Formats: sequence, C-alpha cells, structure tokens
Amino acid sequence: MAIVRSKPMQQIYVWELPVRIYHWINFVCIVVLAATGYLVGSPVALKSTAEASNQYWFGTIRFVHFTCAYVFLFNFLFRLYWGFAGNEFASWKNFIPHNRAQWKELADVLRIDILQTRQEPLHSMGHNALAGVTYFMMFLAFAFQVVTGFGMYAAMSTSWFPQLFAWIVPLMGGDFAVRQWHHMMMWFFIIVGVIHIHLVFYHDYVEGRGTTSSMVGGWKFIDVERVIERIHSEVGPRKKKSKSD
Amino acid sequence: MSSHTHRTLLEQMQEQGYSRRDFLKFCAWISAMIGVESTGVVSVVRALESKPRPPVVWFHFQECTCCSESFLRSSHPIVADIVLDRISLDYTETLQAAAGHQAEQALHDTMQKYRGEYIMTVEGSVPTKDGGVYCTIGGRTALDIVKEAAEGAKAIICWGSCASNGCIQAAKPNPTGATPIHKIIKDKPIINVPGCPPIGEVMAGVIVHVLAFDRLPQLDGLGRPKAFYSKRVHDSCYRRPFYDAGLFVETWDDENARKGYCLYKVGCRGPMTYNACGIMRWNCGVSYPIQSGHGCIGCSEAAFWDNGPFYRHLAAFPGFGIETTADNIGTAAGIATLGGMAAHAISTNIRKRKLIATTDGGVPKKGGDE
Repeated sequence: MAIVRSKPMQQIYVWELPVRIYHWINFVCIVVLAATGYLVGSPVALKSTAEASNQYWFGTIRFVHFTCAYVFLFNFLFRLYWGFAGNEFASWKNFIPHNRAQWKELADVLRIDILQTRQEPLHSMGHNALAGVTYFMMFLAFAFQVVTGFGMYAAMSTSWFPQLFAWIVPLMGGDFAVRQWHHMMMWFFIIVGVIHIHLVFYHDYVEGRGTTSSMVGGWKFIDVERVIERIHSEVGPRKKKSKSD
Repeated sequence: MSSHTHRTLLEQMQEQGYSRRDFLKFCAWISAMIGVESTGVVSVVRALESKPRPPVVWFHFQECTCCSESFLRSSHPIVADIVLDRISLDYTETLQAAAGHQAEQALHDTMQKYRGEYIMTVEGSVPTKDGGVYCTIGGRTALDIVKEAAEGAKAIICWGSCASNGCIQAAKPNPTGATPIHKIIKDKPIINVPGCPPIGEVMAGVIVHVLAFDRLPQLDGLGRPKAFYSKRVHDSCYRRPFYDAGLFVETWDDENARKGYCLYKVGCRGPMTYNACGIMRWNCGVSYPIQSGHGCIGCSEAAFWDNGPFYRHLAAFPGFGIETTADNIGTAAGIATLGGMAAHAISTNIRKRKLIATTDGGVPKKGGDE
C-alpha cells in the first residue's frame, strides 16, 4: 500500500542562478583549497629517482592553492554583493538574526531538527535561522582565511594585491602564528562542510521538500498554507518599515 | 672615551694605522652590504670622512652577549677593530676599559653632553616583573636605565631577538616578564635587528647606515631593516628547488638527507623566517644552518621558542600540550562530528518510521510521536 502525504505543495523559486553558481564555485574552491592546503602542510613522501629539475609537483600544488584562493575571494565578494542585490532568500538579513521571529526559529530548529526533542515539522523557505547564523560564521571564517592567506602570500608576491593584507603578519606576531591559525581554520571548513551535507540530506530525508535539488534548479516545495502565512507576515511589517524610513 | 667623539671615522682609523685606501675599501664593502647603489658609495665615504661620529652607548641587559660576539666576528676586520672595539662606543659593559663608577660616569657624561644626539643600542630584553629586580646594573634596574637613556637618545638600535622580541627568556611562562624595547619605549625611532644572534655584517651594515646617512634605514612593519629582513630564509635557500620539486628529507638519517633535499618536513622554519642567512651566511660566508644540514629554527622570529618542537613542521597547538598539533585536534573534532551525525541519523530514522507509520491517507495522525 502506498503511503501518501497529500498536503498541497507549491514550488517556490528560492535560489537564484547567481546564488547557485556561487555555491558550486565555492564548493569546488573549498575542496581544492583544503586538499592542496593540507598537502602544503604535510607533503606526501615521494619516492622518485628523477632530478629536482625535472619535477615541480609541490610548486604546482602551491600554484593551484594560490590561484584557487583568488577565485574563492572574488566569488565570496560577489556573494557579499548579492546579499544586497539578490532576492529575499539571498539577503544579508537571513544571516544575522535581528528580530524575535528569527531567534524563535533558531531555537525551534535546535529543538526540532538538531536535538529532535520536538516532533512537529518546521518549514523554512530559504535558510533557516540556525543555518543563516552558521553561514554568517562561515563568512567570517572566509574573511579570516582570505586575510591570513594573502597576508602570508604577500611575502612571496610582487603583485600589489596581496600586499594589501601584509599587515596581518605583524599583527599576529609573525608568519608562524598566521600559518598555524590558517591551518587550524581548514579543519573548521572540513567539519562545517560535513555537517552541512549531512543536514541537507536530513532535511530532504524527513521533509521531502527538495532541499538537495534546490541548489541545482533553485526550486523548493512548500505547503500552500505556509506560503500564504508567510506572505501575510512579511507584507505586514515591511509596509510599516517603509513608512518609518 | 667621550673625548674621541668629535673626530670622524677616517681620522680615527688613520690613528689606528689604517690607510686611506683601507678606509675606501671598507666604505665600498659596507655600502655593498647595506644595499646602497654604486653612486651611493660616495655619500658613505663623504659622511665617514667628514662628519663627526655620533656617540654610541651600548647596553647589555638580559642576554648572552652573542650579539656582541657575532659583531666581533664580522668578516671585515675594521668592523670589529674600529666601529666596535676602539672608537665607536662610549659605553659598553663588556668591552670598555673603564669599570664600576668610572664606567657609570662615562655613560652619565655622554648622556648629558650629547643629549638628543647619541645613538642608544641595546642588547638584551628588560625584565618588568617584580619591579624589574631580575636585571640590575650599578644598583639600578634595567627598566630604569632604559627609560632614562632612551629619553636623551636620538634613535635606538635593538640588537638581537632579546631586544627585538624577547627571545628565549620571554618564552612561556616568561618568569621575569622579559620585554623587548619597543614595548617599553614608544616615542623614539627604533630599529629591530632580530636574530640569535643577528649576522655580524647585518649589524655593521645597520650601524654604518645610521652613522653615515644620519637617518634610519627603511624598516618593515616589525621595525626591521628591509635591506636584510624583507625576504624569508626560504626565498634565498639553495635547497629551494627540492622544495618546489616536492623532494623532502623524511627523517634525519635517510637517503634524502644525504642527498641534501629540502628540510621542510623535519621542521625547517625557513619559510616563516625573515633573515639574510641564505645570502650573507655566517662565519665570513662559510655556511649557514641549512647548508650544514640542519633546518632553520627561526631564531629571528618572535616567539620562536614557543613554536616548537623544532623538528616538526606543525607546531604544538597552544594549550593542548607539546605533542598535539592542529591536525590532531582537527581529526578529533572530525571524529566527534561523525559520532554526533551518526546519533542524529539514528534519531532521524526513528522519527521517520513513526512519521510513515502514522501517515494515513495523507493526513498525519496526532499522537504516537510524542
């Protein structure tokens, strides 16, 4: 016998194309940066009989790391811009809890999805409040990696751009400390990345609202009632706000 | 001693039996050292033959005198003989003939007579804990002496890692509160010449630059002369091609060590250390640590002693004990995360089973899930 969940669902276009492109470029960059970064920290032992002049694999790994860092940075800057230019789900307001509803949602997500002490379904459209805060911390970590990474790179570059970050080295007390923290932060990305994937699967597994595929096509499913509810709750306060502005 | 100070360096050299030819050779050599372009040699010659040398007072606090030793072993004899030994210093505890009250008198006279003109050089850090009792000279604390001497100094040169960043005695837990000069004196131009010790030629170059041009050399963000500290040891390392090729010494006695591969994986600090060792080398250019088969320990970097162990690429992570690296912590946190996820996945599946069990004809029944 088939089991049917027949609540009326509607498709909502949540993630715009630029957000999706950002997401996948960012994904590739972080994977490549972590892998090459780890190798730079702990190069594998190569049992090669070739002369040093015939190989350059470690140099290549570093080159890939540095090149990827530039792509990562500009992709990140683009996302920051899109936080102001994009739709309501891409807005910076999702990332910094600034009203009571967001704090309440944050607590609900913790109780329902993470600790699973309550069972009612929770239907956020874009990022839920907890995810938003986590991504905000991740953005801070992005900024930290950019500053420390380019700060270290400044010493080996003649380009003007990395020099903009050279100040971090004396501030942190030398290259050693900078490298140590840059390396530590890699683990933050690995752990947050793993949890991120786990929770995406979790949401799809339990809610079946297309969380996973939404980052490919941009569409998510949502209860019709929720859509109406949301439109009402959003239109109300927004009108008020525009008056006061 | 202070009676010498109104003469030029040339006059003083001639008095010691050096010819003008020797003097010119010295000028050309030191100009090359400090990175002055060839036309600048003239300015060095002019300055050293016509300008009276400014008086120099040289303090020794919490240190081992390895900076002075390094200076004395500078490859050019004139550096030791003229700049340091006979003429340049109006006060230096380890080398001056005067002792006791006479020595203190010489210092006092110089500081009064040449107020605002003398160059203050410092070897060693200054203890600040417990009222500075851990280093006293002539009954006064180093802290007192530094503050008084700095007040009338034109500029301060900090020799070595002790004076520049605290060095070994400032390593955790820093029992005496050893403090570098730039954290005590804020209102004077300060040149940091770190290293344990700094290279003798670098010291000579810095002091000649100040004496000859009457101004500070170009400094980087940490107050170090760019001429000597703008590149990492790694950047001028002759083993660098092995690094780029990914050929590393894995253990100290392996075949790769014998072949002279890169020491990166056995803890070489070259990639994080700003110094001129790879170019100037030591003991008249004979060798330097990496050339002798030992990694750089980063002696010219701040907190190098706390960034151990020296023979491992990644440092011990602060607060987690000496054997714990960032990777150990990351791996542990990763395993904990996987454990949490497994628990979460199990809980999710129980929840989903309940959901399926209670879903009937599309409307989830209340009850059974709480």
